[in-house]
Amino acid sequence: MVLNTYSDLNAVQLDVLKELGNIGAGNAATALSAMLDHPIGLSVPEIRLLSYQEVTEALGGPENRIVGILLSLEGDMSGMMMFLLPEAFAHMTLNTLLGVSFYDFSSIDEMGYSAMKEVANILASSYVNAISLLTGMRIQITVPDLCIDMAGAILSVPAIQFANVSDKIIFIADEFICGEERADSHILMIPDVISLEKLMTRLGVDR
Amino acid sequence: MSSTVTVGISDLNAVRSPDVLVTYALGSCVGICLYDPLNRIGGLAHIMLPSSIDSGVKSDGYKFADTGITLLVKKMEQMGAKTPLLKAKIAGGAQMFASITNSSIANIGQRNVASVKNMLNRLNIPIIAEDTGDHYGRTLYFYAEDGTMKIKSVSRGEWLW
Repeated sequence: MVLNTYSDLNAVQLDVLKELGNIGAGNAATALSAMLDHPIGLSVPEIRLLSYQEVTEALGGPENRIVGILLSLEGDMSGMMMFLLPEAFAHMTLNTLLGVSFYDFSSIDEMGYSAMKEVANILASSYVNAISLLTGMRIQITVPDLCIDMAGAILSVPAIQFANVSDKIIFIADEFICGEERADSHILMIPDVISLEKLMTRLGVDR
Repeated sequence: MSSTVTVGISDLNAVRSPDVLVTYALGSCVGICLYDPLNRIGGLAHIMLPSSIDSGVKSDGYKFADTGITLLVKKMEQMGAKTPLLKAKIAGGAQMFASITNSSIANIGQRNVASVKNMLNRLNIPIIAEDTGDHYGRTLYFYAEDGTMKIKSVSRGEWLW
């Protein structure tokens, strides 16, 4: 079969992506626990194919202020990975990780930015390692870049980049639990379609 | 009473005074406001990409600077606006991720703005206000009553053009 857009993915292939998401999220929770030196729980991730419009709504509307962290995928798989983290997630990681009192986005300093990039790096590596392990594909991730702004404006970056490929993207929603605190994390996986087809072939679900 | 009409991504619309057009959270996309002050008709397009020519797939023209502006002018003409009277105000085209190394992502906002200016120039529509570039998202309100453009951001407040 030939994949032209993400919408061409069939039910089995979506299930495979979900399983990859599960493994990746499991790895991510373990890595994050080790980094924060604090047990981190994780709900079963929800993986859906959504339009940008739907993603924007899932993030609390276009003007909702969130943290966006962008990484590029290189090597056997090319594309982008983007973390969309609400204020609660930044709150959880910064308070636990840095022990600083974090109230809102305007109180984040350079140290806070670096810490959040590091968290994203760990999460991204966990997902990418899961894919590598199962497929033998060699994937590198670039240094993360961070932006705190309106959800819609942050999403315009992947939307533009892949406007000619697909109107839908792979949206992974997790809930991290750390003690009393709970925080949603959203991940966009945006491999180019050639990489996605390669991935499906490697996993034996290419038809 | 005026009503407010929302313009989505890759979308456009036009209204008469005293109605208001709004498009939320422009990042690297560009919002193009066109105004006919005599007939008091305002139009707004929210484009994502510079040119329909570079695009491999056939899709609606609203997505692109070149075709989007043409379609907006056409829509406004149908409502009675006169193209020689049109004036433009534009906003957006930011580089959301300041230190990104991938150049095609890095300068897409800039390329969108350049393409919008080029297209407006070809149609002889003067640009009388511009709020583009930099590294932050913008919500744009456009008032058909007097052609005012209001920009709202999350970290810098709001201002008028």
